[in-house]
Amino acid sequence: MDFALSPDQRLMQDSLTGVLARAAPLARVRSFAGSGEPVAGDVWAELTALGVPGMLIAEEHGGLGLKLLDMALAAEAIGSCVAPSPFLGSAVLAPLALALAGSPAQQAAWLPKLAAGEITAGAVLHEAVAGARDAPGVEASDGKLTGASMFAVDTPGADLLVVADRAGRLWLIEGSAADIVLLPTIDATRRFAEVRFDHAAAEPLAGADALPALRDAAFVILAADMLGAAQAMLDKAVAYAKERRQFGRPIGSFQAVKHLCAEMAAELEPCRALVWYAAYAFDHAPAEAPLVAAHAKAHLSEVSRFVARTATEVHGGMGFTDLLGLHFWFKRVGLDRQLLGGPENVRSHAARLQGLAA
Amino acid sequence: MDLALGPTYEAFRDEVRGFLVANRDRFPSPGAGRAGALAWQALLIEHGYAARTIPQAYGGFGAEPDILKSRIIAEAFVAAGAPTGLGGQGISMLVPTLLELGTEEQKRSWISPTLRGEVVWCQGYSEPGSGSDLASLSTRATEDGDDFVINGQKIWTSTAAQADMIFCLVRTEPEAEKHAGISYLIFSMKTPGIEVRPLRTMTGGAEFNEVFFTDVRVPKSQIVGKRGEGWRVANTTLRHERGMLGDPNAIEARFAELVALMEKEHTAGVRLIDDPVLGDRLMALQARVLAMKFNGLRVLTGQIGGEAPGLAGLVVKLQGCELNHQIAALAIDALGEAGVLYETGEHLRAGGAWQWRYMFDLGLIIGGGTAQIQKNIIAERGLGLPREGKAA
Repeated sequence: MDFALSPDQRLMQDSLTGVLARAAPLARVRSFAGSGEPVAGDVWAELTALGVPGMLIAEEHGGLGLKLLDMALAAEAIGSCVAPSPFLGSAVLAPLALALAGSPAQQAAWLPKLAAGEITAGAVLHEAVAGARDAPGVEASDGKLTGASMFAVDTPGADLLVVADRAGRLWLIEGSAADIVLLPTIDATRRFAEVRFDHAAAEPLAGADALPALRDAAFVILAADMLGAAQAMLDKAVAYAKERRQFGRPIGSFQAVKHLCAEMAAELEPCRALVWYAAYAFDHAPAEAPLVAAHAKAHLSEVSRFVARTATEVHGGMGFTDLLGLHFWFKRVGLDRQLLGGPENVRSHAARLQGLAA
Repeated sequence: MDLALGPTYEAFRDEVRGFLVANRDRFPSPGAGRAGALAWQALLIEHGYAARTIPQAYGGFGAEPDILKSRIIAEAFVAAGAPTGLGGQGISMLVPTLLELGTEEQKRSWISPTLRGEVVWCQGYSEPGSGSDLASLSTRATEDGDDFVINGQKIWTSTAAQADMIFCLVRTEPEAEKHAGISYLIFSMKTPGIEVRPLRTMTGGAEFNEVFFTDVRVPKSQIVGKRGEGWRVANTTLRHERGMLGDPNAIEARFAELVALMEKEHTAGVRLIDDPVLGDRLMALQARVLAMKFNGLRVLTGQIGGEAPGLAGLVVKLQGCELNHQIAALAIDALGEAGVLYETGEHLRAGGAWQWRYMFDLGLIIGGGTAQIQKNIIAERGLGLPREGKAA
């Protein structure tokens, strides 16, 4: 029984954090946020040099053949730096869709390019996972896609898209075949879009019903992104509370401030084990995986919202300014929370998974 | 991450399960009383499922400490619905303290009868004027010949009315700095001058007592550790207590009871579990239960590897007690008006246990180090924030 990260996993996470601190410092996050760049190519190149795009891809296709737990650790590091990168679409969802449901020909055509970071990929899943709201979703007929989907992940600049239609079937289509309209959101560290198709020819990913696995993986990775971002906010709040002095002493010596920090830590620390287990279960306990993935997504949404607002308060007026940049983390978890279903939506899914809801 | 037990521990788990199957008819029934509980305890010690790591010389089983085996035993007992061995402050707090700091004579006199349940202990720590600031305690023990003479009052003393013995903090050096003037004494509750008064709580029961000492004479030899070192001895004991509050296995069992309740009960013909608002609260709690369960596995792995538990360990009491309280709160809310029935009556659910837990758990949130003291500990030891100080 060993409920801990391996030395290799710790090393990978540390080196990723180190590279991101250099490649995606706050100044770079800020410049990406203020630009029209579809992808932060320089940051992605650094991640590619570490092998991140191919982490989940089998070695026979040029990847590292790692598991979702490794991806969650990478997502945590990326979230802690609020790094702009098409990680969820290119390194997780597209490789997973191809591995689970792609034909050998589709895998051979795309996985090596994804693993090498030569192309990026996006995922168009929103209506099929969380339900349609402003857009109807995508209909497939005679191998052609028609319709519109909201909150598509990592699609701007993407060479390849994985699309779920309204019936939950998966399709593969080149990015150039879609009309990709940027959606301005609170979170300027990543790009989200409305994606429209008009009788666009697509290839089916017909090997398996892989949408539930894509949903579970996305839940885990979003939870890990929130874990990393929330932990970074807590760390910043604690550092600020030690350094900032008022009334002749560090504000962190006042119980009013100290207890806010303790409450953040008390809520966040058990989340780490929840995210680890949810990621581990995806590969090693498939019967439990959907439920723990949903709980990780919903619970991290609640805890990271609490941490984001509390850490901002610990920073006082400075936390509210653009100067400090804390708002990039605040907005990152704000977006992760809503993406692919807010916590109420995900909890009702969790209840249905257990047969507990009507 | 590898959550498989491996062949050695799987074999051990099978052995424990086998014991529980073979001895199912020897589980003490609720009506078996104290004799039944003591007989079961003796059987458990014989097989190493109680007093497992206590040396045989002191009446234990004498196994090497193995945290994973201890956990396997606990889980197998829960899964089989088997009564665990005796608990209480004597076994969980005094025995480890004596093993670490007691004299050979104290160990030989007290550990074995305590393990067998023949001697029941209570703890004399808190006082009306010394709660969170325990080290300010003022119960005095003055020297008189070969004895200490004790005067003062203790409070929150559970099992004082049934206890044969007490382990008690007293001030022996009133002129010393507050932490340095305390000694740790053990003495009989039948000593003349001791009065126990039940302390009725908000639950309607008297789960605690007040204990008054008037010229209570205790031989000086009944000190554990040295004079003036009682604070250090007490901290040894408190360390053993902290692990008991917020246990994730108990939380998981209580959550399962809540699910069963919500599946069984109806309002206007609709199962409570099918109510979307109640269901949402239930799912939010389930996420917390799972987080604390996996956090427990993480802490356990750290303990096996000899690591300090860190933040993951420091948050268990605060989060676990609060979660238990919230589970009881949801049960009461789900039951609606029926949730307020209490003590007796044909409409009562689960004997009124949910209301009792809701109230008693608030006591546990306060007791054993209040939630606010826990937050100080998390902030200062876990996050390295400065202690509250004087203005510079």
